[in-house]
Amino acid sequence: MRPLTEEETKTMFEKLSKYIGENIKLLVDRPDGTFCFRLHNDRVYYMSEKILKLATNISRDKLVSVGTCFGKFTKTIKFRLHITALDFLAPYAKFKVWVKPGAEQSFLYGNHVLKSGLGRITENTQQYQGVVVYSMADVPLGFGVAAKNTQECRRVDPMSIVVFHQADVGEFIRNEDTLT
Amino acid sequence: MGRKLDPTNKVKRGPGRKSRKQQGAETELVKFIKDEETEPKRLSSRGRKRAAKRVQTSKKPKDAAKEQPKKGFTDENSKWLKPVKRKRKLDEPESEDDSDEHWEEDDDENEEEQQEQKGEKGKKGSKLAVKEMEDEEDEEDDDDDEELVDDYGTLEDGSGEEESDGEELLPIERAAKKAKKQKETLPLGSDDDDDDDEEEEEEDDDDDDDDDEDGEEKKSDEDMEEEDTVQANMDEMDLFRLPGAEESEKEGILPLDLKTIHQRIKDNIDVLCNFSTKREEGKERAEYVSLLKKDLCMYYSYNNFLIEKLMDLFPLSELVDFLEANEIQRPVTIRTNTLKTRRRDLAQALINRGVNLDPLGKWSKVGLVIYDSSVPVGATPEYLSGQYMLQGASSFLPVMALSPQEGELVLDMSSAPGGKTTYIAQLMRNTGVIVANDANADRLKSVVGNIHRLGVTNTVVSNYDGRQFPKVMGGFDRVLLDAPCSGTGVIAKDPAVKTSKDDADIHRSAHLQKELLLSAIDSVNAESSSGGYLVYCTCSIMVEENEWVVDYALKKRNVKLVPTGLDFGKEGFTRFKERRFHPTLRLSRRFYPHSHNMDGFFVAKFKKFSNVIPTAPTGKEEESADAPDATVVPDSPEEKPSKSDTTKKTVAGKAGSLKGKSQANGMTAKKAENVKPKGKKDLPAGPKKEKMAKMDGKTVEGAKAKKKTASKTADGTKEQKADKKDSSRFEKKQGINKKSPMKAKKRIGKNKFRKLKVLLGKQDVE
Repeated sequence: MRPLTEEETKTMFEKLSKYIGENIKLLVDRPDGTFCFRLHNDRVYYMSEKILKLATNISRDKLVSVGTCFGKFTKTIKFRLHITALDFLAPYAKFKVWVKPGAEQSFLYGNHVLKSGLGRITENTQQYQGVVVYSMADVPLGFGVAAKNTQECRRVDPMSIVVFHQADVGEFIRNEDTLT
Repeated sequence: MGRKLDPTNKVKRGPGRKSRKQQGAETELVKFIKDEETEPKRLSSRGRKRAAKRVQTSKKPKDAAKEQPKKGFTDENSKWLKPVKRKRKLDEPESEDDSDEHWEEDDDENEEEQQEQKGEKGKKGSKLAVKEMEDEEDEEDDDDDEELVDDYGTLEDGSGEEESDGEELLPIERAAKKAKKQKETLPLGSDDDDDDDEEEEEEDDDDDDDDDEDGEEKKSDEDMEEEDTVQANMDEMDLFRLPGAEESEKEGILPLDLKTIHQRIKDNIDVLCNFSTKREEGKERAEYVSLLKKDLCMYYSYNNFLIEKLMDLFPLSELVDFLEANEIQRPVTIRTNTLKTRRRDLAQALINRGVNLDPLGKWSKVGLVIYDSSVPVGATPEYLSGQYMLQGASSFLPVMALSPQEGELVLDMSSAPGGKTTYIAQLMRNTGVIVANDANADRLKSVVGNIHRLGVTNTVVSNYDGRQFPKVMGGFDRVLLDAPCSGTGVIAKDPAVKTSKDDADIHRSAHLQKELLLSAIDSVNAESSSGGYLVYCTCSIMVEENEWVVDYALKKRNVKLVPTGLDFGKEGFTRFKERRFHPTLRLSRRFYPHSHNMDGFFVAKFKKFSNVIPTAPTGKEEESADAPDATVVPDSPEEKPSKSDTTKKTVAGKAGSLKGKSQANGMTAKKAENVKPKGKKDLPAGPKKEKMAKMDGKTVEGAKAKKKTASKTADGTKEQKADKKDSSRFEKKQGINKKSPMKAKKRIGKNKFRKLKVLLGKQDVE
């Protein structure tokens, strides 16, 4: 486990800010203690400093996970955000999309969101903006990228994609192995 | 809400009450004629009830029987008690009552006749009469006393219950019945009784009937009839076990149908329960028991070993319940994740999806039991967003017993698949730190998955062998050890356990559990302000894996048992067969599938009251001097021999004592270090079998060491010398020699030995 280098931190924060904007500092400076990011086996873990101290007792090859895994760095040093980060993205999300009950299941299977399944969308969403997807009961289902901005979403035909799927909670069952 | 419907339990519903009424008289006739021809009589449901009640009432004293009719009948009916008058009433207009009333009145008739013919029939008849009395008392709701009674003929046994619903019988039918009745009332009633018994036994699969029939016979006096019936009944038993060779050959060739075996099991248990009265002359209890074992193995597909173990654990009456409970699944239960939602809201959301559920019970505030569901429970959006977790009810218990507090440092030694870990986290409200460990890397993936899904943030997941634990990290406030076991409590989930377990498996599990438990105890910090607790649990019901392991830990470490806080469940055994356990074992709890409707489980809660590790027991003289030099358990890895091998401890203890001696310091310190690395080497993160073999090797060493010390004079110095010699050899062979040091010991020649002795003697002097 090691702290992130400058570039890694920059890459990661850029990715995060696509979804939560400048609220990133809220992630780091929390009222209940300082939290930090650490890298282990190419994955970024988010944890409080208390846990960090204890986790150093565990040897590297035996350590499986600490705190919450946010995502991993690919071989080409790009940062990929995992669904496990959803709990931290959802409360600070700037742009949100609500999905109708009928299209919920489809999104949970990994499909994109079509216009017919779109319930609500935050105003002023730009194209290719990172969004967090909710169900109509305000339960976070995952996140993605807006395919169209809000104005276009209103105009476009029902079968076109409005949100590109990036991660959804269904992955906990589908891709359990890749979480770690 | 709140349906107790269990869809797996299908209640059979027979033809309704009114269905009989609709048949014509011809069909009734056909029925009766058939009856006369074929031996086994088919009893109706009421007939069976009557037969059962007959047997019950037969046990009551005769006087009571005499009195009861008076209670049952109203004043008007009592007039009809005299048989002569009653027969006249055959001609009276038939009643147009329901069949029930006819039945009831028929019983009255029967009784009256029997009272009349008491002398002829003997006690049995009267008992039957009493029984029918009671039978009819129960059914007397609609009895309209003023209505006239049709005499369907007196029928003591089930044969009478085949009567028509309420339509008048043709005269021919009545005559036929009477003839039948007369046949039955012959003093050679034994044959009929046998028939009846057989019928009862074969057709009525009620235990009650059998028991009652048998009991009936047993309670009778020295009447010839009764003796005959006794013999006949025992003949039934005998038939199972006639010349053993023949029968077993037959059974080997012909496939015995399960129903017969099932019946035989019941009868066998029945005999064994009342052995003195029901036994057959000349047949030992062991024969009955062995037959029962064979039948149980065949019927429930267990191997012999497991059936024997279960017979030791459970009384026979519970045994069948337990085996039956293992055939069906326990209900699906879920645990609300209070970090994300409340039980009420979750229940509402699931009901909206079409799930039929109920709160789990008074003892849990977060549990829900699922009866049935139109959607897959493990794939709802609520599940995926982490609002609940699928978890067996018995898995709630150890975490409830542990009751972790906020801000504590908790270790879960065997955490896969993560249900208990996440429950601990939700009880701690994501504060403090949890270390979730498991030896199996594949299963850890599910731990990680569940942790992330349920939004747990305070957990570190590691992949150590649990036995390494106090070395890696110690000083936990609470530790939970859900030890790997033989799985005899969860046979319903994994039927392979029925045939795959044998003695070696159980002992291997027990050995591993003991090691893990000692490691767990050593990882707890007794000085912790809020904790110092350890919960040990298994999903097994074997005493070797539960009470024995706990008892072992009580002897080896400074821990004591405390109440688990679970107010239901059976107490653990304080003695079992030839073993005697510490009396506080009754604070532990056992749970069974057949009595608590959850997987078989065992929970024990320890409190550690001192961090000091006691040295080996005072069986050796040289150790008595070392006893006060108990090694303290700080966080330093060096001085924690967290193994059950006593020789290692004695060595360590001696290391402590020898350190006091001036010259011996260097060697003993080295020895201690050498011992530890040797130990560490023996526990790589490899397959457990290898470890087990090594551990076995070590225990063999221990045994050899003990033998050695016993054979030699109990001279501490000699032992120490030998160990020192060993340590010097260790230094040389470090990393290469994984064999037992005791073998090295054997190689010491006499001369060297004497030299050492002299050396040490000098050192002692100095």
